Amino acid sequence: MTKQEALYTYTLRLGDNALIQGHRLSEWCSRGPILEEDLALTNLALDQIGRAQAFLKYAAHIEGQGKTEDDLAYKRGEREFYNNLITELPIGDFAYTIAKQLLISAFEFYQFSELSKSSDETIAGISAKALKEVRYHLVHAQDWCYRLGKGTPVSHKKLQQAFRELWMYTGELFEMDEIDQLLMQDGTAIDLMSLRPDWLNLVGSILADSTIVLPADTYMQTGSRKGIHTEYLGHLLSEVQYLQRAYPDATW
Amino acid sequence: MATDTQLDLWEVFIQSKSGNHHTHAGSVHASDKQMALQNARDIYTRRNEGSSIWVVPSKYVTASNSEDADMLFDPSNDKIYRHPTFYVMPEGAKQI
Amino acid sequence: MDSTTLNTSFMEKIDADLNIEPKDSMPEKYRTHLIRQISQHAHSEVIGMQPEGNWITRAPSLRAKQILLAKIQDEGGHGLYLYSAAETLGISREEMVEQLQSGKAKYSNIFNYPVLTWADIGAIGWLVDGAAIVNQVSLQRTSYGPYARAMFRICKEESFHQRQGYEIMANMMSGTPDQRQMAQDAMNRWWWPSLMMFGPHDSDSPRSGDAFTWKIKRKSNDELRQKFIDKTVQQAEVIGLSIPDADLAWNEERQCYDHGEINWEEFKRVINGNGPCNKQRIDHHINYHNEGAWVREAAEAYKNQLQEFK
Repeated sequence: MTKQEALYTYTLRLGDNALIQGHRLSEWCSRGPILEEDLALTNLALDQIGRAQAFLKYAAHIEGQGKTEDDLAYKRGEREFYNNLITELPIGDFAYTIAKQLLISAFEFYQFSELSKSSDETIAGISAKALKEVRYHLVHAQDWCYRLGKGTPVSHKKLQQAFRELWMYTGELFEMDEIDQLLMQDGTAIDLMSLRPDWLNLVGSILADSTIVLPADTYMQTGSRKGIHTEYLGHLLSEVQYLQRAYPDATW
Repeated sequence: MATDTQLDLWEVFIQSKSGNHHTHAGSVHASDKQMALQNARDIYTRRNEGSSIWVVPSKYVTASNSEDADMLFDPSNDKIYRHPTFYVMPEGAKQI
Repeated sequence: MDSTTLNTSFMEKIDADLNIEPKDSMPEKYRTHLIRQISQHAHSEVIGMQPEGNWITRAPSLRAKQILLAKIQDEGGHGLYLYSAAETLGISREEMVEQLQSGKAKYSNIFNYPVLTWADIGAIGWLVDGAAIVNQVSLQRTSYGPYARAMFRICKEESFHQRQGYEIMANMMSGTPDQRQMAQDAMNRWWWPSLMMFGPHDSDSPRSGDAFTWKIKRKSNDELRQKFIDKTVQQAEVIGLSIPDADLAWNEERQCYDHGEINWEEFKRVINGNGPCNKQRIDHHINYHNEGAWVREAAEAYKNQLQEFK
């Protein structure tokens, strides 16, 4: 594996996480619990899709075959996507989305804090911008955790259940392989494993303040680093890619 | 569902850039201070309109009655000595 | 204040082109007229999120996806500004939502038509938002202050909506035969419902009297419709779309376009609940409103624990 190949896949991972997470958030449009929250969730989605565009554009540049960010978003198959499984899970109810947002935003907070110091200037630049967005995402998710966790018995139960179901998808966030190892040598990539204690502390304290029990580590789902996904991703992509696939000669 | 509501009404004041006054931008619904601030941010500063936000529960805003407008505001009409143009400057004197 | 004095001082303000503000005395009929009009306007923005939202996940480029999301988000924001304006008249958002769901309050008929292809997203931005803007620009001078201010903000934000729709149509018309066909098909389906958005002819519009006297409305349905047609026909020609109206012709004497008769039977039928999507739109609103109830209850319960203002 060359450094270029590693960097291409590494950037795709970053782009795909944002793309798929943004897609799921955008599904909330006209479905929020109150109009104000509809707009809030849309803002989160817009941040993610903007970030996806930036990372995928860079990935296309690294690949050097004249592709665009849209080619990468719309013309890859499900085995060529590298987003974490947690991002592709269906939106579920509001508690499920908030739990997902908290787990992901807390991870991204540490991830982009480190990546904004990457020796790769483009990755560092996109990450610095993402970090500002993520700090807000984190506060938004955290405040909703307090409200749902402490609100009513119904909301507490739903939130607790959501964290329980999602926990097995959190191990993968910190997984590393030969791509990470190779790119860490010159400071392009970061040590994801080392982020986990801080992440666990932060998530643990927010959950404690929300009267939610931190789920125990059991089996952790895995696969996305090799392009092995849940069945949900295929459906998601067939929706995303429908027009581009149905009219391959058209530009929009 | 007796307890279902659309949450409380808040008034939103936005400062467009530091140095300016906070001016009334509109309202949002929210159940607590943090939510009110976040909703105001998401609704009234989407186009880079803000550098600072105040939110106030609408029920704590007291407004004057328009029927009292004559009593409240007309009496200041004739206090023209409050304006610098009331005063005659000696010829040749420079304005400070 | 007795009712004669009230009406005199109210009409003096109206005649002097002064805005009426929430704390001002106003005739009950003015208040109820405004509540009906503003809440209907707000509901239209909110229901309008559904047909377009239908295509967010299928938008054909990342750019298009972001623009569409931002546009729909604006519409939610506009609904919110308008609900707030109506709230200053003494109706709560709870009541307005209830009236929407029970069918007591209406929303714009246009959103009862289905959004079938991506070209429909172009047609909606270009024609539907184009028609809405013509109406909204004139409403910036409406007599009720909070409504006028909401309209001012809305017009400022909406200026990009119509452009994005026209851009989609223009791109498709310079694209493949499939795309051109899709664009013309959307034009054919959205043209007439867009004209209906301005409401009945002036001769048949029962409420125009009061609305004009009170300067809630500044321009008539037919005036606004004419303005929209004149502006849009030219834009259609530039990109090669034809208008599905055999009677459309330039009238040299009037210096504007004559157009064929609108199908008022269809207009009434859709208003009365028998459009293609009426039930779907309201069901969607009710379902997600009900699904959100436990979230709102949790937020309220948490607020009571916080006691921020005790």
